Amino acid sequence: MEKIVCTCGHENAVGTKICGNCGRPLTEEAKSQKVLDMKYDGSAIRSKTYNKSIVDKIWNFFSSVKVGVSLIIITLVVSSFGTIFPQEFYVTAGTDAERALYYQTNYGSIGTLYYNLGLADLYSTWWFQALVGMLGISIIVASIDRGLPLHKSLKNQRVKRHESFMRRQRIIAEGAITKEDTSKTLDKVEEKLKKLNYKVRRDGTALLAEKGRFARYGPYINHLGLITFLVGVMLHQLPGMYVDDSMWIREGETRAIPGMNGYFLENKQFIFETHDNDPTTAQIQQGVNAVAKNYQTDVVLYKQSEDALPGQTDQLEIVKEYSIRVNHPLEHDGFALYQMDFRLNELKAMTFSLTNKETGASLGDVTIDLRNPKKEYVIDEQTKVILVNYFPDFTGFNDKGEPQTATPNPNNPAFIFNMITPDTPEGEISFVAIQQTVEGSGTGENLYKMSFKGVDTINMSGLTIRMDKTIPLLVVGAFIFLLGLTIGSYWNHRRVWVELLSDGNIRLAAHTNKNWFGIKKEINVLTEYAHLPQYIDQLDDEDDEKIKKETIE
Amino acid sequence: MSLIDLSGNLLEAAFIAYLIATLLIGGSIKSSKPDGAEKRANKWGYLAIIVTIIGFLAHLGYFITRWIYSGHAPVSNMFEFSTAFGMFLVGAFILMYFMYRVTALGLVALPIALLIIGWAAMFPREVTPLVPSLQSHWLTIHVITAALGQSILAISAVAGLLYLLKAVDPKKKGKERFWLEAVLYFLVVIVGFIAVTSGFKAAGYEAEYSYINKDDQELTIIYNLPPFFGMNESQAITEGAMVPLIEMPAFIHAAKLTTVVWSLLVGTVLYLLIRLITRKRIIEMLNPLATKVNLQLFDEIGYRSVLIGFPVFSLGALVFAMIWAEQAWGRFWGWDPKEVWALITWLFYAAFLHLRLSRGWEGRKSAWLALIGFGIIIFNLVVVNLVIAGLHSYA
Ligand code: HEM
Repeated sequence: MEKIVCTCGHENAVGTKICGNCGRPLTEEAKSQKVLDMKYDGSAIRSKTYNKSIVDKIWNFFSSVKVGVSLIIITLVVSSFGTIFPQEFYVTAGTDAERALYYQTNYGSIGTLYYNLGLADLYSTWWFQALVGMLGISIIVASIDRGLPLHKSLKNQRVKRHESFMRRQRIIAEGAITKEDTSKTLDKVEEKLKKLNYKVRRDGTALLAEKGRFARYGPYINHLGLITFLVGVMLHQLPGMYVDDSMWIREGETRAIPGMNGYFLENKQFIFETHDNDPTTAQIQQGVNAVAKNYQTDVVLYKQSEDALPGQTDQLEIVKEYSIRVNHPLEHDGFALYQMDFRLNELKAMTFSLTNKETGASLGDVTIDLRNPKKEYVIDEQTKVILVNYFPDFTGFNDKGEPQTATPNPNNPAFIFNMITPDTPEGEISFVAIQQTVEGSGTGENLYKMSFKGVDTINMSGLTIRMDKTIPLLVVGAFIFLLGLTIGSYWNHRRVWVELLSDGNIRLAAHTNKNWFGIKKEINVLTEYAHLPQYIDQLDDEDDEKIKKETIE
Repeated sequence: MSLIDLSGNLLEAAFIAYLIATLLIGGSIKSSKPDGAEKRANKWGYLAIIVTIIGFLAHLGYFITRWIYSGHAPVSNMFEFSTAFGMFLVGAFILMYFMYRVTALGLVALPIALLIIGWAAMFPREVTPLVPSLQSHWLTIHVITAALGQSILAISAVAGLLYLLKAVDPKKKGKERFWLEAVLYFLVVIVGFIAVTSGFKAAGYEAEYSYINKDDQELTIIYNLPPFFGMNESQAITEGAMVPLIEMPAFIHAAKLTTVVWSLLVGTVLYLLIRLITRKRIIEMLNPLATKVNLQLFDEIGYRSVLIGFPVFSLGALVFAMIWAEQAWGRFWGWDPKEVWALITWLFYAAFLHLRLSRGWEGRKSAWLALIGFGIIIFNLVVVNLVIAGLHSYA
């Protein structure tokens, strides 16, 4: 490969801006700078060097910080669109049509537009995910592009730097020492800088002191953490990595846990408690009377014994008893069960009296278990009630006059009974729903009716079942990210070059990747201790000039 | 005196201390004339820091006593969270003072803390019991760390504002002058909010209305300001209550809109009065206070506070939030508006840090970015909490 040979004889890779050996500026641009651009120590960055093939172009696109920042800003702006109206997974609507209707009725035509543009489910659209994917690629490419050359040049630093390098540093001092003679100067410099925790190397009349070099790796470490995290998030899509299920379970019930094969759960009781505080101003303003204090399901977790057939429930072994509360999920075998929802006073059973309409006399009671209704309820030999049809969640009649049910849950039960009594051995048809009774047509007026006597209720608990094998990877990713962030933000890479010139003068240059205030404080201490000439900050004048210009304009 | 009264008194003491400290810093800057006044200025500045620290300790005392009294970290409603944010902001200022020894930061940091505390005081102050999802140590840790991170990030806006007050010429027409004045106008609007809310509160104004919400339920609401806007199909319950000027559809919370409009109105009147009396833009009045600002140093402080605050914010607002969410809901991320806005804040400051890598983004541009970042933080506090209803609530 082609090389750039510096005056000092060192061979540098094409694209190098500052000679890796002596520090002479190599490009015209670098030569024209008053203060050298020390990014990546002037090493050859692939994306800044090659731009011919299509691969180069793609590489350069993703490694550009401008592109990276643009991707971040676009992601940020697009994300905010998703908070204008609620996302559809927070909307309780079962079908697409219902969701569309929700946005229309609540937010009018803007809502419809929002829904149709896909903004109601923005974060799972392909284009949002593509955006995040591009951000990820950009992080990887940019890190490799700059990280490797930076690492190489930091590893191979020579102590002695050319005057054209030193003089182009932001902090520079040159001149005679202010006291004593120069024989001790380098020793004193070394001593002081070592006290300040610098690592000092000497080469003849030159000295290089360096500290916090590891801080330069901070951004690369934090990018690695981000990528690890993103990979973890992507792994969610793989089958078997992630289980997200839910179940409703009534008190007293034992049910198989969906998604968690071979495990069963018994709900012993559901507890709902409220704070018995006096309503506060905020509560009154919002019309709320009591603040919830606890949602809790006392459960027993069972495991099917090894030799049981699938679905067999009589050979259950107790695994553990636990009280699932919000913030205190039941954890077992990588799975966790969360308290998510509840229904109090859920209908469990309804009791009716088979009553003679005229006399009011009852022939007997029928109790219907709303989850497990029987086909017929026999009162005595000649009297029985046949359940012809059952609509657990009755929503009305369709245009053919047929009753409809929305769900299999007994939210609003309705029944069609056939009542057989000694007086009506042929049977009488009656449609019964809460607060309405429609008698069968064709048979004329019924003699009997099913009069409502009462209901049994029960509490139901809604649990979520989660298993997420990606969590360890996410934890590792987050940890690496924070580690890199800490390293890169709370430490700085500081370097001080000092050279004793042949004319007896001293030249000092200093560089830090961040926190110039901090390094200047240290150089102040050093200057005083070793009687060095006062340094100048070359950007200070530049700034003043800039401001002067601005005020004159 | 009960613990909660003591807590309230400590907060008031902190407020007064910050007020005094602000005046002291103002004095320390004003008195910098050549007649050996440099020394006097330093003395005043020194005094100001001591008063600030006393205020901060009182503020901390408020926080701790309220924590003990209520049994949970006082960061669970608007009053508590804002007050704590104000405290952390002052804490971050003190931290920066000890790093850079510049009192001038307090000239902006303290008034902003005062505004935040004043704003907080407009919300119900009782101790509220916690709903189950909030009963978690992780939540406490998450909220406190996130607020701490935000307050350090906010220091960059403090430095940025001072930078711009010096760098932008108030006599020269232009975009920068316009927007800088707009930022200060916005601060006056917050004063307007505090003035109008406490004014009507002192007068005992209260009017109750019934209305129909978007789920067709009939509810009631209490207005503490005369209603410009009525809730959907609102009916006065309080006798003789004023009829709202305009009725709003159900998806707009007309009572909150009324508050916003009142604040804007009073704020604008205040602003116009200031302009009429002083015959100056606010930035022109403040410009002399910023003359001693060393631009390069303030630029560095602005950058540095983002650098220090970003990891804290990442830890608190994202990592701890995810741990808590995982524990409470079984998912570490749910794209809830509050979460999304924390992500937006984080992305914004990430963009800020990357822009600083390229030349030309220091100085003014950076100062403007810092102000925008603070705008996002405030948006997160105010709009996301009050307008974009969070769906986190379990109750
Ligand atoms: C949200 C995503 C990102 C986060 C949180 C992040 C975080 C960071 C942080 C904290 C730094 C250190 C900055 C400083 O110390 O001033 C940094 C540096 C850097 N980032 Fe990122 N970054 C992200 C995305 C990107 C992207 C998309 C690119 C692609 C161009 C990129 C390229 C760089 C580069 C080139 C550096 C400088 C490295 C150095 O100083 O040696 N970053 N990043």
